[in-house]
Order: sequence, then C-alpha cells, then structure tokens
Amino acid sequence: MKAELSPRRQVFLYGLLCVLLIPFVFPTWWMVTSSVKPISDIFAFPPQLMPESYDWTTYAKVFELQPFVKQYWNSAYIAALVTIGTMIVSSMAGYAFARIKFPFANTIFMVVLLGLLIPSEVTIVPLFQMFLKAGMVNTHWPLILVPIFGAPSVFATFVMRQFFIALPAELEEAARVDGLGRFKIFRKIALPLARPALASVAIFTFLHSWNLYLEPIVFLSSADKFTLPQALTQYTDAYGGPMWNIQLAAATLTALPVLLVFIIAQKQFVEGLAHTGLKG
Amino acid sequence: MAVVQQTAHPEGRSSSSFWTVARRDSLAGFLFIAPQLIGITLFVLTPLCLVFWYSLHEWNVLANTFTYTGLANYQMLLEDTSLPSVLGATAIFSAGLVIFNLSLALLLAVLLNQKLAGITIFRTLFFSPVVVSLVAWTIVWGFLLQKNGGINGVLLVFGIDGPNWLREPVTAMISVIVVQVFKNVGLNMILFLAALQGVPNELYEAARIDGAPRFKQFRRITLPLISPTILLTSIITIVGSLQVFAQIAVLTQGGPGLTTTVLVYYLYQQAFQFHFFGYGSTLSIMLFVIVAVLTFTQWQMRKRIVFYES
Repeated sequence: MKAELSPRRQVFLYGLLCVLLIPFVFPTWWMVTSSVKPISDIFAFPPQLMPESYDWTTYAKVFELQPFVKQYWNSAYIAALVTIGTMIVSSMAGYAFARIKFPFANTIFMVVLLGLLIPSEVTIVPLFQMFLKAGMVNTHWPLILVPIFGAPSVFATFVMRQFFIALPAELEEAARVDGLGRFKIFRKIALPLARPALASVAIFTFLHSWNLYLEPIVFLSSADKFTLPQALTQYTDAYGGPMWNIQLAAATLTALPVLLVFIIAQKQFVEGLAHTGLKG
Repeated sequence: MAVVQQTAHPEGRSSSSFWTVARRDSLAGFLFIAPQLIGITLFVLTPLCLVFWYSLHEWNVLANTFTYTGLANYQMLLEDTSLPSVLGATAIFSAGLVIFNLSLALLLAVLLNQKLAGITIFRTLFFSPVVVSLVAWTIVWGFLLQKNGGINGVLLVFGIDGPNWLREPVTAMISVIVVQVFKNVGLNMILFLAALQGVPNELYEAARIDGAPRFKQFRRITLPLISPTILLTSIITIVGSLQVFAQIAVLTQGGPGLTTTVLVYYLYQQAFQFHFFGYGSTLSIMLFVIVAVLTFTQWQMRKRIVFYES
C-alpha cells in the first residue's frame, strides 16, 4: 500500500475511477432499464436513462415465444453437473499429481497439460462426429461430458495441483502413520483444507459452462434442448432481425441472478481468483 | 519410537506382502488420475488425431463420401483467397485485444492499489462484467452500437453524428475488440492487483529517498517485479482471443465483408454452415499450430523479459 493521498489527488482519483466505470456498469443498467420500456421508447432520442413509461408485457413474451423456463433449467442443471463433476475430477487428479508418487507421473502430467494448448474449438469437428456416431447429438451429453473430462477441466486440475503442492505434507504424514488409506486421507484431510481452491474452481467452471455458445449451437437443434446463450439470440422477427426489447428482457433474466450472487459473495470471487495457484 | 511406528504402519496390517507402500501408492495414483486421463484421451487426444486424419480427406456430407485426398486440403488452404483476410482479421483482433486488455488491466490495477475509502466497491464494479452472461453482455452492446442506439444517441446530444458502428469495417473491428475487453479485463485486473500488492513497500521507500519520480519507480521497480504476471496474463489473453466466437457471431457475423471473420468463426462457417468438414479440419489444425507456436514462443521469451520469478 502506498502512502495516504492528498485530498486533491483523492478527488481526482474518484473522478477518474467513475469515468472509467461507465463502460463497465452502464451496459447492465441499459439492459435492465430498456427491457421494461415500451418498444417505441427503446430507441428514443434523447436516450432515456430512466424509463418514462413501463411495459411489462415484454417479459410475458419471453416465456410465450420460447420454452424459456425449460431453457433456463437446461443451462442451470448442465452448469451444476459440470461444476460438481469438474470439482471431483480435478481435485482427485490435482491431488495425485501433487502428492502421490506413481510411475510416469510427470509424463502423464505433461500430456494432461496439453489440454491447455488445445482449445475445444480445435477439436469441435471430430467431437461432433464422435457424438453423432454415439447418437448424442441434440442431447446435453456433449455439453456435460467434454467440460468435465476434457480440455476445460485441465485448467482446474492445474489450479488444484498448485494448491495441494503448497499444502504442508506433515498433516497427511500423521494420518498415514495411523494407517489411513490414500482415499481417506484425501477425503478427510486434504479436501476440506482445499476449500478456497475448490471454490474458485467451482466459480470459473460454472461461468464457463453458463457462457458456452459454440458447443450448444453445434450440438443442439431443437428449442426445448437449447441453453440460455443460444436461446437469447433466437428472439428474432420474421426478417431475422433481433426483437430488441424481448432479447433484452431475456438477457436481464439470464444475467441478474448470477450478478446478484456475485455481489453478495464478491469477496470469495475476487480473492479466490487472486489466491489460486495462478501466481506460482 | 521407531518400533511403534513400524507396527502401526499400513504395511504391517496388510495381509499380502505384494501390496507394499510403493505399489499401493502407484495404484492409488493411477486411480486418482484415471477419470481425467481417460477423459483427455477420449475428448482431446482422440479428436486431435481424428482432426488431422479428417484434414487429409474430402468429405461430402450429402453424398456421404469420405475420400482420401492427401494434402489437397492444405493446397486449398494456400489457394483460399479468403484466408489472407481471415488471418489478417485474426491478427488485428488478437493484437488489439491483448494490447488494450493488458494496458487497461494494469491501469485499473494501479488505480485500485491506492489507499482510498470504498475502493473495494470500485473493484467489485470493474469486475462485474466477468459474471454477466457473455451473450447477454454482447446483446446489450449490440443494442448500444446500433445506428440509432444508445451510444450514437449520447453522441448526438453533443452534436456528433456517430457511425453505424457494426456495419463499417474499422469501427466494426474496434467494436468487437472493445466489447470483449470490457467483458473480461476484470480478470487480468485482479491478477495484476495481486501482483502489485506483492511488491515490497521498502523498495518504493528506498526509491523515494533517492528522489526517483513516480513514473521511474513504476518502470524500474513495479514493471520488472510483476513481469511474471504480465507474461502469464498475456499468454492467457492471447490464447483466449483466438477462441472468441460468440461475440463475433452475435455482433457482426464476421462482417462487413470478412473484416471481423476471425479464424474460429471461419472454421465454424466452413464446417458447420457449409459442411466442408475436411477443410474445416484443416483450419482446425492451423488454429492448433498457431496456438502452440504462440504459447511456446512466449514461454521461451520469459527468460528474456521476466526479470524475477518467485
């Protein structure tokens, strides 16, 4: 921390921060307020920072035009499964790479890290063909299995490994002497201590799954299977142009819950990120 | 003491002498990594081999033919008249994104590192777009960037007639970069902030006693000490920039012309809109090579640019 600032500098700094904040905060404000304006007002000039009249029927249309509740559920349950699955897979693998001596451990770790170099976009064509052969196109399986076991989980494994490496080994030595098996040590001692790392893995895995766009539009074709990001862009008029007010209402419903959770738990979010193995 | 430990040792309880500690550990290790290893084999290594195999084939989905054509797809890559534009757009997009993202992240981190009341509120707000759904964020910006949208509305209040942002080549590229930077710069900002807080205060005090101006302190002390974080964030950001898809698909569909058609978007069009799976695979291989070369180069550069490693 630097020294105390003079009052004039403080005022300048607050001013600068507020100006810089506009492109970060205004879009969300504009999304929420525009979603409740009547369609005739959303492109009004001068722009209405606060809605002058309200039209709530837009929100009803969000649910009429598409099975939006179903799509919401799709996104939510997929993200939940992916998050839990990734936490299990990556904490186990991360623990083994950090703590257990087994043959070829380093070689295998390098192979796993390859996943970081191979974005899912590179393998999307063969993945589509594989899931097509397995009869899993237009199901949610590709959106669940690939993130948990494939390339996206590698980053989580890396974060968990970095965490377990930094954990003092003495805690486990005592348990080993008592004759506890590896899995019990992992479950009862290492995992409870790894809560901060697990929390940030959970947050980022959830956001990654929640934001997925390329994979859903490649794998899913019927509206009741769609996930939210894909559904948002489907509110179009007969000419394929976006129905702005409805898209903004659906976007608001998609964005606000996560934003609220974030504001409540922002400390865990931000500090979790800063303190994972990212620095080492 | 040693005797007590020996009798309490797991080996002592085991009925079979085959299961030594080392063997148990090996088994445990393999079981622990099994899900990840099987997953990587199935969903990363197998598709990687397949994508190379596909790239050597002409694949007609309608006629259901799959014929080996050797390097014909790679020949096509060289003759594809769209490809120079696509690679150009990719390079401009990635370079613009990385430069704008890292400098803004560093600026914000430096500002947030000041002793100021309520600074965590600012930190939360700057970070908030990271948790806003990507497509929702993109839709709002698309809405703001319309010819008669909010941004031009504000400009018009000041008497400026704004461009049709998403329909003109230069402004379209600037728009997709800016939208992406504001969405994710919070991540790099937090990493930089953590790095800045790790710089020992004594160094600044010593510099102050020597009368070094603030800018010089930043250049000579701060930058070298946070260089590992700069390297890490630039690798993550560059690799991330090559994966940007949703923003392009929602905002510009690669247009106007090919000006915002980045490689991933082009790959998607070729493979999944035109069903050229063979050529799409060849483009995937190219994307893979670009990501690998960039990561490797940056990793090699760390010896030269990173002054300090923890």
